[in-house]
Amino acid sequence: MNPSETLSEKEVGLGWHPKRVLLVLLIFSIVMMFAAFTSGYIVRRDEGNWREFDLPASLLLNSIIIALSSASMQWAYFSARKDEIGRVKTGLGITLALGLAFLVGQYFSFGDLVAGNTYFGGADANPSGSFVYVLMGVHAFHLVTGLIFLAVVLKRVLNYQVHSRAMLSIGNATLYWHFLGGLWLYLYLFLLLNH
Amino acid sequence: MSDMAAKPNFSPSVQAQGGIGTAPVPATEHGDHLHHDDHEHHDQHWLWKYVFSQDHKQIAKQFLITGMFWAILGGTLSSLFRLQLGWPEGSMEWLTPFLGKWIQAGKLNPEFYLALVTMHGTIMVFFVLTAGLSGTFSNFLIPLQVGARDMASGFMNMLSYWFFFLSSVIMFSSLFIETGPASAGWTIYPPLSALPQAIPGSGAGMTLWLVSMAFFIVSQLLGGVNYVTTVINMRTRGMSMSKLPLTIWAFFLTAILGILSFPVLFSAALLLIFDRSFGTSFFLSDIYIAGQALSNQGGSPVLFQHLFWFLGHPEVYIVIMPAMGMVSEVLATNARKPIFGYRAMIGSLIGISLLSFVVWAHHMFVTGMNPFLGSVFMFLTLIIAVPSGVKVFNWLATLWRGNIRFTAAMLFAIGFVSLFISGGLTGIILGNATLDIQMHNTYFVVAHFHLVMGSSAFFGLFAGVYHWFPKMFGRMMDEKLGYIHFWLTFVGVYLVFMPMHYVGIAGFPRRYYAWTGFDAFSQFADMNKFISIAAIIAFLGQFIFIFNFFYSIFRGRRATQNPWNSTTLEWTAPIEPGHGNWPGEIPAVYRWPYDYSKPGAELDFIPQNVPYSQTQSSNLPYEQDMAE
Repeated sequence: MNPSETLSEKEVGLGWHPKRVLLVLLIFSIVMMFAAFTSGYIVRRDEGNWREFDLPASLLLNSIIIALSSASMQWAYFSARKDEIGRVKTGLGITLALGLAFLVGQYFSFGDLVAGNTYFGGADANPSGSFVYVLMGVHAFHLVTGLIFLAVVLKRVLNYQVHSRAMLSIGNATLYWHFLGGLWLYLYLFLLLNH
Repeated sequence: MSDMAAKPNFSPSVQAQGGIGTAPVPATEHGDHLHHDDHEHHDQHWLWKYVFSQDHKQIAKQFLITGMFWAILGGTLSSLFRLQLGWPEGSMEWLTPFLGKWIQAGKLNPEFYLALVTMHGTIMVFFVLTAGLSGTFSNFLIPLQVGARDMASGFMNMLSYWFFFLSSVIMFSSLFIETGPASAGWTIYPPLSALPQAIPGSGAGMTLWLVSMAFFIVSQLLGGVNYVTTVINMRTRGMSMSKLPLTIWAFFLTAILGILSFPVLFSAALLLIFDRSFGTSFFLSDIYIAGQALSNQGGSPVLFQHLFWFLGHPEVYIVIMPAMGMVSEVLATNARKPIFGYRAMIGSLIGISLLSFVVWAHHMFVTGMNPFLGSVFMFLTLIIAVPSGVKVFNWLATLWRGNIRFTAAMLFAIGFVSLFISGGLTGIILGNATLDIQMHNTYFVVAHFHLVMGSSAFFGLFAGVYHWFPKMFGRMMDEKLGYIHFWLTFVGVYLVFMPMHYVGIAGFPRRYYAWTGFDAFSQFADMNKFISIAAIIAFLGQFIFIFNFFYSIFRGRRATQNPWNSTTLEWTAPIEPGHGNWPGEIPAVYRWPYDYSKPGAELDFIPQNVPYSQTQSSNLPYEQDMAE
């Protein structure tokens, strides 16, 4: 039995499609993971033996890039609602490009961290610096999953499977992308306040 | 679904109970679905039907069988270390064919003893009582009891099993590597787990443990989000949250706990992997090993304990809550009474779930934490006694003056309540920081958690298997063998764990390979022998269950559609439901799941799908209003 077939039989729940619920629950689990990292960071810092470090200025640029990508994603979403498919393609393309640019930017920020004597591991490392790499790295991993999601949606758009009455995939992609952007802004703010 | 066409007796109307319970099925609907499904996979290959199945019932059976495999293995490991503890001077030469180099000069290798304890804990907590218990019954019962054709995503559900399988294979393979499996305890505290050079079991075995657990967590998340989504989105018409069976409430909250706590364990495991293999120092600082100073600076092993127990405490409720839900269901059905305090039962489950996130540090009273902090966690821990007490009171009140049918499932459900009370009472003792500091490293703690979470969760599992076996396999398990299994297990469990409380209070330390070097403990030699004999007999008794299970799959008495005269929706489905569960329309729900022995009713149960208009004689005034 195809599960989607059962959906037409009844309308209960939060009024959300099951795939939306699945996504929201997965987002909660990602939130818990980063809550663990950041609270671990604070607990660890308060116990002392904690090396201060400089946050690379390039992170600000990356944050602006990812904020812009959220805006282009939202534009793509609104365009899909208005059935302006050409703009959806452009919006998704810009978002994908900005997402890739963010990843490249993070990579260069790793370089800036090393240049500032903040290391991930080894004899000169301190958990303070290692935490920064872990936060950025795990976030980047999730961003890659987000990019894959965007690519899948773009393929659906090219096949004319996304329009004002088929908003589920692009809606979910938009939600996930905003979450990833918001998560990064939270991490950036967190590191700004606690480095 | 092609198998449904082959067996005409699947039509529910043939098996309808007492004229109520099952709405007649329009044949055309049946035909429509059949056609549709045949179109998708013509002549389904057995590989897709039994192995890579996306049917929740098949996946549930896969979880159950894999869980049983792990339970036998976990029990075998415990028998091995009970042999060591009961007869520390005895020769184990005869085990050499099985254990090979782990037996040296007739003695069990001490390193291997640590590995046995570690793997016993890991297997039982994660692979049996998490995956085997909630993996089996959440999968099996959620769609059937809420009235859905399958899980929200059958594909993710299948992935959930196969990630579990992959994780199982990795964990199992770690038993056979040269340096032995992980040996730092199931809680894998650093620095023992973080330094590959510390002990043999900290090497490759520990790496495999961490990789295996990473896959296990992925499996739990895929399963958990599916369970929650199914309960939220896929309920049938009329199945409001306040009409859900308590099993579903328990599975729902268990899945939420898993979604919120397993990612934290993943974080901890990830940091530990970085410490082990990438030179970071999250949990390591100022360590000398084999006379050499390590370069790691600034880490904190206590941080790991915080992260671990933030999962670890909800984990014990992930283990026990599905058992609580199933026991509530089995008790009400077999006492032929509504569950006492249905809403209080839901409230207490929610209370336990919320509290489970704010008590983790009671596992860490001996880490030297600030006594004020300790007292906060102590206070929160003791509050858990309130919802637990509500549940126990309601179970006993459900039994009170019931028309009890002592089926095998019912015996195990009553046994669950008994063990939960016995084990729960010592929880109140250990929840007190001052008492815990005294008892923490003794067998008292071992006795406590084996009763309240280990044994009682197993009893819930057995109750569930005996009760829902007819739905799973269309046949009944043998009741007589069930009784023998119950009494051996019930008496056995008490004979094993009651004496452990006693030796624990007397100060007998846990985790020791041998206690013969300490005169003070030699007086417990007989007691230890006794515990070991009881444990091995109780373990061997489980093979009666294994035999009964597999024998009954093929040769058991054929089940009727609703053998226990139960009210919930799964018993309105055909005896062996195909993929899609109901051949025709999904039944709608009109009433709560506990209409047992309702005054004025024809029978002593009214299934959930019977509208009030058909039960004029037993309706309460407000129900009569709804009927009109």
